[in-house]
Amino acid sequence: MNRHTAITHFILIIGAMFMTLPVWVAFMTSTHAPETILREGLQFWPGGHFLETYNEVLFEPGGVMKKVTALGMMKNSLILGIGFSVGKVIISMFAAYAIVYFRFRMANFLFWIIFMTLLLPLEVRIIPSYKVVADLGLLDTHTGLIVPLIASATGTFFFRQFFRSVPDEILEAARLDGASAWRFFIDILVPLSKTMIAAILIIMFVVGWNQYLWPLIMTTKEENYTLVIGIKQIYQVLNEGGELPQFQKAFALTILATLPPVLVVLVFQKWFVKGLVESEK
Amino acid sequence: MKRVQFEHSPIPYLFVAPQLLIIAIFFLWPAGQAVYQSFLLEDAFGLSSQFVWFRNYSDTIFNESWLQSAWFTAIFSTLVTFLSLGLALLLAVKANEVIRGASTYKTLLMWAYAIAPPVAGLMGNLMFNPLIGDMYHFMNSFGYDFDHKLHETDAAFVVILISVWKQVSVNFIFFLSGLQGIPKSVTEAATMDCKSPTRRFWTITFPLLAPTTFFLMVTNITYAFFETFGIIDTTTQGAPGGATTTLVYKVFQDGFRGADIGGSSAQSVVLMLVVLVLTVIQFRFIERKVHY
Repeated sequence: MNRHTAITHFILIIGAMFMTLPVWVAFMTSTHAPETILREGLQFWPGGHFLETYNEVLFEPGGVMKKVTALGMMKNSLILGIGFSVGKVIISMFAAYAIVYFRFRMANFLFWIIFMTLLLPLEVRIIPSYKVVADLGLLDTHTGLIVPLIASATGTFFFRQFFRSVPDEILEAARLDGASAWRFFIDILVPLSKTMIAAILIIMFVVGWNQYLWPLIMTTKEENYTLVIGIKQIYQVLNEGGELPQFQKAFALTILATLPPVLVVLVFQKWFVKGLVESEK
Repeated sequence: MKRVQFEHSPIPYLFVAPQLLIIAIFFLWPAGQAVYQSFLLEDAFGLSSQFVWFRNYSDTIFNESWLQSAWFTAIFSTLVTFLSLGLALLLAVKANEVIRGASTYKTLLMWAYAIAPPVAGLMGNLMFNPLIGDMYHFMNSFGYDFDHKLHETDAAFVVILISVWKQVSVNFIFFLSGLQGIPKSVTEAATMDCKSPTRRFWTITFPLLAPTTFFLMVTNITYAFFETFGIIDTTTQGAPGGATTTLVYKVFQDGFRGADIGGSSAQSVVLMLVVLVLTVIQFRFIERKVHY
């Protein structure tokens, strides 16, 4: 190995450590007893309290009202992640199909309306959005949690881009065979888009799971907390109240909030990278 | 548009209907409300309101705390963008060079993409905890009195560090795939013509990456503007004294904590305009870059 290669590896190792060490330390610290953490600080190697800590956070109710377990919050996060990604893929495929494959009077106008949603993330219209959802009586419901997030049309643009790259001959052939618009969509376009759909499902699952501001303001009941917002409330409880701070639990919750999206990304790495790069070009 | 398309029919309307319905209810309506409310002055209980033209705007924009957070947002997004882009580019170039362990490095460098910003923030929160945080003690070991709860620059440092950490992996993915998209023949020709790897990088490779870099700059600015909300809310909450409050965080604080609907709406509208400019740049660029 020459000197240049050695330096290259050195830089990559430092980079990899910078990216992974915080999570490693969080995981290792979560396996120690609270006294150990308080006495010695963060831990770099496994301790003997893994089962105890994770058992406690997963199954014993915590939080201010003592009503919610990490398992319950994970369920809510999963509903949000899956509902958001599936809903977004279906709705945006439909819209992109109409925009790309049909000539109709309002097409351009509708395209610009859809495009406008990209300009304004939920964060900037957060208060009126909250009011709308509250007026519709959708606070603390899955519909109220998921549907407003789907209102941004990122997915439509991914699929629009993709459909435009599908050769015209395919539609010509389908029409010669007398395929209806719906048949063409279901029997030809959807199978053709399989990898693209998978890639976008993965990306959107991560986006949905990681939502913060919207679930934070629109869920009021502890039972409805997703993991990402629930851990913040639990952190606050852990630090207050005169008892020994339960740092190991805080770290364990952090790891639990990180694990599902990271696993999804690692397992489907290829599709994920493909989708991310192709769709955002 | 496709050369071949289906004929006129009500079918396309049926296909766009679900999306349009959602957009109308959860986007157009609240966005319109934001604009409307930015002209209203409501009493504290929301019982009566009065049309006040641009008073909310003038109250908001010429307000010292808004200007402070605008200034912080500018510095913050510039630093986050350049640091995370620079770091990601360096790592991508190196990862593209190595043969042994390439996929391991790739995996280790990109997985943090999946971590939610607020979770990264909470992790940073613990790392910088005065009781147990090694980072806290590490910073203090240089004889400098580090305390991100009290000092503005220290707080900004913590928020920027976490935001950069969170953003490096996604930039890395884009840079790496950009590098791998450069044809072998180009690289080989460049190697023959130019001996110095540094010069080769800046004269051949970097210009070829320019579209990716530009695209990433826009997305990174958007990230720094909006997605870092979770990081700020879980670390400093805008403290000390509003020193780490970004514009988006201020919209939330004034609207939800301060119950100043009019002022917060006016801020939203100003932010929308900022994002509008950013996105128009981005869209023009994307359309130019993609060849169908």
